[in-house]
Amino acid sequence: MQPGALSKALKSGAIWGFIVLELAFFSIAGEFLSLSDKAFMDWENMLLLLKQSAPIGIIAMGMTLVMVNGNIDLSVGATFAIAAIVLLDSMTWPIFAGLGDWVIPVAWLLALAVGTLLGALNGLIVWKTGVDAFIVTLGSMLGFRGIVFMFNGENPTSHLNWTLVDFAEAQFLGLHTATWFLLGVTLALWFVMARTVHGRNAYAIGDNREAAVNAGIRVGPHMMINFAIIGFLAALSAVVFYSESGSVNPNDGQLYELWVITAVVLGGTKITGGAGNVIGTFGGVIAIQLLRKGLGHIGADTSTVNLVIGLILIAVLILDRQLNIKGKEELKV
Amino acid sequence: MTDPVLRLENIVKTFPGVRALDGVSFSVMPGEVHALMGENGAGKSTLMKVLGGIHQPDGGAIVMGDTPVVMAGPLEAKAKGIVFIHQELSLAEELSVAENIYLGELPRKSFGRVDWARLAERTNSILKKLNVGFDARTRVGDLSIANQQMVEIARALTVDAKAVIFDEPTASLTDAEKVVLFDVIADLKASGVGIIYISHRMEEIFKITDRISILRDGQYQGTVNTAETTEEAVTQMMIGRKLDLSRNASHHELGNVALQVRGLSCGKLYSDVSFEVRRGEVLGFYGLVGAGRTEIAETLFGLRDPSSGQILLDGEEVRISSPADAIARGISLVPEDRKGQGLVLGMNCRDNMTLPQVDDLKAGPFMAEGAEVAIFDQYRDKLDIRTPGWKQRVGNLSGGNQQKIVIGKWLSMHPNVLIVDEPTRGIDVGSKSEIHKLLRDLAAQGYAVIVISSEMPEVLHVSDRIVAMYSGRIMRTFTSEEVTEDSLIQAISGLGGDKAA
Ligand SMILES: Nc1ncnc2c1ncn2[C@@H]1O[C@H](COP(=O)(O)OP(=O)(O)OP(=O)(O)O)[C@@H](O)[C@H]1O
Ligand SMILES: [Mg+2]
Repeated sequence: MQPGALSKALKSGAIWGFIVLELAFFSIAGEFLSLSDKAFMDWENMLLLLKQSAPIGIIAMGMTLVMVNGNIDLSVGATFAIAAIVLLDSMTWPIFAGLGDWVIPVAWLLALAVGTLLGALNGLIVWKTGVDAFIVTLGSMLGFRGIVFMFNGENPTSHLNWTLVDFAEAQFLGLHTATWFLLGVTLALWFVMARTVHGRNAYAIGDNREAAVNAGIRVGPHMMINFAIIGFLAALSAVVFYSESGSVNPNDGQLYELWVITAVVLGGTKITGGAGNVIGTFGGVIAIQLLRKGLGHIGADTSTVNLVIGLILIAVLILDRQLNIKGKEELKV
Repeated sequence: MTDPVLRLENIVKTFPGVRALDGVSFSVMPGEVHALMGENGAGKSTLMKVLGGIHQPDGGAIVMGDTPVVMAGPLEAKAKGIVFIHQELSLAEELSVAENIYLGELPRKSFGRVDWARLAERTNSILKKLNVGFDARTRVGDLSIANQQMVEIARALTVDAKAVIFDEPTASLTDAEKVVLFDVIADLKASGVGIIYISHRMEEIFKITDRISILRDGQYQGTVNTAETTEEAVTQMMIGRKLDLSRNASHHELGNVALQVRGLSCGKLYSDVSFEVRRGEVLGFYGLVGAGRTEIAETLFGLRDPSSGQILLDGEEVRISSPADAIARGISLVPEDRKGQGLVLGMNCRDNMTLPQVDDLKAGPFMAEGAEVAIFDQYRDKLDIRTPGWKQRVGNLSGGNQQKIVIGKWLSMHPNVLIVDEPTRGIDVGSKSEIHKLLRDLAAQGYAVIVISSEMPEVLHVSDRIVAMYSGRIMRTFTSEEVTEDSLIQAISGLGGDKAA
């Protein structure tokens, strides 16, 4: 076995082990603490869990790509809200009045296009100015959120289209529409990252930017494409979610960026870039959702949930460090 | 007469505060190995980066065939048949060997997919030529530094090269790997490729090159035929004066034993290691890469815990728990990997040099800037560090000057025991002899000095005694009077040599 192989195996498997642990814990603890007499690992419950994972999960796949690339995007929550407003509001625009239910694909396309453009804009600024992605997207997070509030003040934007709701609530082969989108996006992003030249170059850039430049890889365009992809996915997440709920509050999507980043990091993506994959991220998303749901199941409130997730994130990072050091034959740092 | 593969005409390149290249011209013929020599900071790497499309020249022209060409970027240079093997490793550690070799030009198939089959096939055929012990799918970060260097070298074989640039390729290679590299170069040469070879190692230059071009302070000094010149002549062109190679023979009194090690072992890395070093003495450690020398140094510096054995400082047994502990006890280590362990590349020269003593250089709550600058100036002069000023980012210095900053940093700590691991890797002959002299001087002043080196002339030159290591064990300890090159080689290859200290 090569040095470091054990640590790698542990790391890639760790998130799934953690999920099993969560399932066991909440099933047993639920027997004693839960208010309902339904088992935690109930099939319906698990299907619901997947569905509820979708909004964060879809964005997290894009964040994996962006973080592997050596960047970060803090504006995804705000992009999510803007796309939601575009989706719901455009369905009421008079010019689309004659379309009937054909307004649905039009509204979808509009929302997705807006998300993609906002993402590309982030990417363009990072590329052309060379300013750190953290700063650029911190700015656009505030800016985009400002636009959301300018649109309708504190009031929600609502529009219910029953065809759309039916579609969003449909179940195909047992899985909800949102779950299918999550699975599809995971597969697509896996393909992009593991199989395409663009994906591999993204890894190289995040790993050693100077080496990538020396090898003639055009760093800027690759980064911009990845920001466009995450913008698109933030919008897709909104489209999937609001097709069902039909009403968006101006605060919706806040803190999504943090949930998403937590899931990605839990899933084993290196914060400095160069390593990580969507399968791990998928595990991270599930682990977080399990924790939220499980803690709710045994009667904990939201603030407890946040506290526990925060502690686990830190614990995981420490463990990860320890494993890495073991891999290097005990060399102290 | 055949036409040159490429010709550089009056290349000029300035960086803020530095005229790195000042009208350099030279040409490379097909099938020739052309050495480029010069002191640290003379502009060799910069010239090659201009040729490789990484820097754009401020003046002058690159001519290939009959036409001047513009190298707009690295890919364009590659497309024109110029392959650049960089001085500092330029690899993505998390990616596989194959992806690194074909970085920037992974073979594609439909839908922008990577053609893994073709990639593996091509890579494996290259790796076979290089006769290395890893395959296309190995993660580069899992390879030793030497093997990573072989990955860089493999890049030379990926395209139909017209010219291949090797910027100090042997700095971290073992002798066996050097043989492979020289075979590769011979093959390239035989197929009519022009090779530019940068190195500070004279014996290599005289062994494999046909012509030598020399730079000094960014200025072209001329080109000579290797067969018709001597090391002295080349050195003089490089540094503009004659070099004093005599060993500082001052025979001073040896002091008491500063550091003693008894039966020290550390897992599989090394075992049952015993030696002592006195004040006023230079103890050399010689052996092949991987013999365990660096690991011993790391143990003494508190970076590794030994599994058994004793360390005594001034006769007292100590446990060195961390580098901070080691520094407090007067042990300093100049590490072998300057980028990873010795320098903060983004910080300026002065701050790098005074980094370990920030706590001592305070004036009230503030940094004593004046004192810091004074320290920097002192060691810049002592080590002849070439930089426009202390404000320069260390990352912008030439490789050799970076190494001098690391040495200066630890010297400024006035340690009792100074351990230097490969102190002159990538350092030009002039500064090399300066550093050797400095190590001797330090011993004369009463420091105990341990020098780890893979260069035989270096250990022979600086050491009072030499410890020969093979595969984690001390094979023999020589005094400078009794040592011969042959006995040393035998000892470090595990042949002969009585296993006594
Ligand atoms: N990006 C940069 N910005 C500013 N100065 C630079 C930059 N790159 C190189 N220099 C300066 O240009 C000069 C030449 O450096 P170069 O790296 O070409 O030297 P070299 O001959 O390769 O030396 P060595 O043998 O140490 O590798 C040095 O003074 C260096 O500090
Ligand atoms: Mg150089």
